Amino acid sequence: MNPIALLNSLPGAVSQGLIWGIMAIGVYLTYKILDVADLTVDGTMCTGGAVFIMLTMAGWSIPAALLASFAAGMLAGLATGLLHTACGIPAILSGILTQLALYSVNLRIMGKANQPINANNYKLLVSSRNVKVLSVENPILVVGIVCLVVIALLYWFFGTELGCALRSTGSNPAMSRAQGINTNFTTVLGLMLSNGLVALSSALLSQYQGFADVSMGRGAIVIGLAAVIIGDVIFGKVFTNFALKLLSVVIGSVIYYTVYSLVIWLGMSGDDMKLITSLIVALFLSIPYWKGKYFSKPAKKGGAANA
Amino acid sequence: MLEIKEIWKTFNAGTVNEKQALRGVSLTLNDGDFCTVIGGNGAGKSTMLNAVAGTWTVDSGTISIGGTDVTRLPEYKRAKFIGRVFQDPMLGTAPTMQIIENLALAARRGQTRSLKWGITKAEKERYQELLRGLDLGLEDRLTSKVGLLSGGQRQALTLLMASLQKPKLLLLDEHTAALDPKTAAKVLELSDRIVEENHLTTMMVTHNMKDAIVHGNRLIMMYDGRIVIDVSGEEKKKLTVPQLLDLFSKVSGSDEADDKLLLS
Ligand SMILES: Nc1ncnc2c1ncn2[C@@H]1O[C@H](COP(=O)(O)OP(=O)(O)O)[C@@H](O)[C@H]1O
Ligand SMILES: [Mg+2]
Repeated sequence: MNPIALLNSLPGAVSQGLIWGIMAIGVYLTYKILDVADLTVDGTMCTGGAVFIMLTMAGWSIPAALLASFAAGMLAGLATGLLHTACGIPAILSGILTQLALYSVNLRIMGKANQPINANNYKLLVSSRNVKVLSVENPILVVGIVCLVVIALLYWFFGTELGCALRSTGSNPAMSRAQGINTNFTTVLGLMLSNGLVALSSALLSQYQGFADVSMGRGAIVIGLAAVIIGDVIFGKVFTNFALKLLSVVIGSVIYYTVYSLVIWLGMSGDDMKLITSLIVALFLSIPYWKGKYFSKPAKKGGAANA
Repeated sequence: MLEIKEIWKTFNAGTVNEKQALRGVSLTLNDGDFCTVIGGNGAGKSTMLNAVAGTWTVDSGTISIGGTDVTRLPEYKRAKFIGRVFQDPMLGTAPTMQIIENLALAARRGQTRSLKWGITKAEKERYQELLRGLDLGLEDRLTSKVGLLSGGQRQALTLLMASLQKPKLLLLDEHTAALDPKTAAKVLELSDRIVEENHLTTMMVTHNMKDAIVHGNRLIMMYDGRIVIDVSGEEKKKLTVPQLLDLFSKVSGSDEADDKLLLS
């Protein structure tokens, strides 16, 4: 219970939080904007890293390998999207099917369950080795900038005609079709975008930790949801602007990983963290339901109908 | 403008819940026609409008709008030709988006959505002007979420949205039924105005016989998946509620029970 140890663990926690923040933004896009819970991400959270490491070791440049990871994630999203829209399988089940398929795909990409990459031999973008170094290579700085760029791009995209169509699809699909929006297309596009971001996050994580592992995405959806919920609980009232909402998701993720390191420091096993996370997310997902059921005020009569 | 030929639609075919909702409906509307639609609960009024809008495809028959055969077109492609207002005020707008965003979405009905910015400056002024015309104070609330609006405000907004990109056909499905009488009258008046200003070909379902007689230039009544009464022109102008009831019992060969159903 040495406080210095806790302080020492903080930079790493913030770095991981930022990396997972990009993943959580992906979850935000599907869960909050498209209104579907996409379980593909548990698989995609490994695919991105696997693709990145294999391509880098095959001689690809870092930016090209990152782009390829993003594209691989989009393909995973495409698979889920087509299962859902073209085959009529419920979104949750579509995600589970792709996730399971990705387990095999990820093993095929890496050739084994765990694929390390040596930071000495490649000019990686982020590495946990630099986490306490005050330089431009510090992952907090690098990933922080990546987060800001991602938020800026998404802010732009969701302000465009196409982005607005995507938002309305999640808000009211029947109305969107009545406005001439191909909601199948926008749903698939949203899933692709989301999984692309998750794969990008995965590619960064694999560099940071120096390996990709077939189980690195297990429970990712729940961690993503936790970040979204933490961000919403703390900043939901004050951050109304879309860019700030995305920022609050990233901060939510940083808080999650900070608490994580606190829990470890307190002597608990990291293996228990998934149980704790699950319980917390379950609790927060139930609150709106309980509120409606036990604490609802009697509906105001008349007020709602008057123009 | 609208040509419906012998359309049939059966729901849940082959199950105990099988329901023949449309049984050979044919209807032709001319350019600028305002046709009111009445009929008892379950007569097939909404089903006919849904068939035209393309919520699903019909089992047989054809539908064409402005000379284009749309029978096989998916709903989102037909949307180019059609403006809609639903019975449920929740259905016509995106509640988590702003008033101005909803209007901008509707202004692009039937166009490809590109990576251009979603709302232009010129649009904003146009919407403000149009909202002022509604006289509901919405012109100062452009950035409010539509979910905060009352049912009447939402229906008025949905009407405005339906007319932004002039449709070939306006479909109103009991769009005042969920509103209190005063608000309903206001929204109905607004509907008349928008139809007139834009010379829209319109179908309006209503459960109010008087409204059906007063509004529009043509009236049809549905019964059991078919159009059983079709009056227009001078004949419609002279129509009274008792006459309409009388006509109905003759056509359907039924008595009071159905009349009550009709008036409900
Ligand atoms: N999507 C659907 N699935 C199954 N049955 C339907 C569906 N839509 C309408 N029906 C049935 O078709 C009949 C006509 O319904 P509808 O057109 O909604 O009547 P109304 O004239 O009251 O608008 C009803 O019996 C209704 O239950
Ligand atoms: Mg109906």
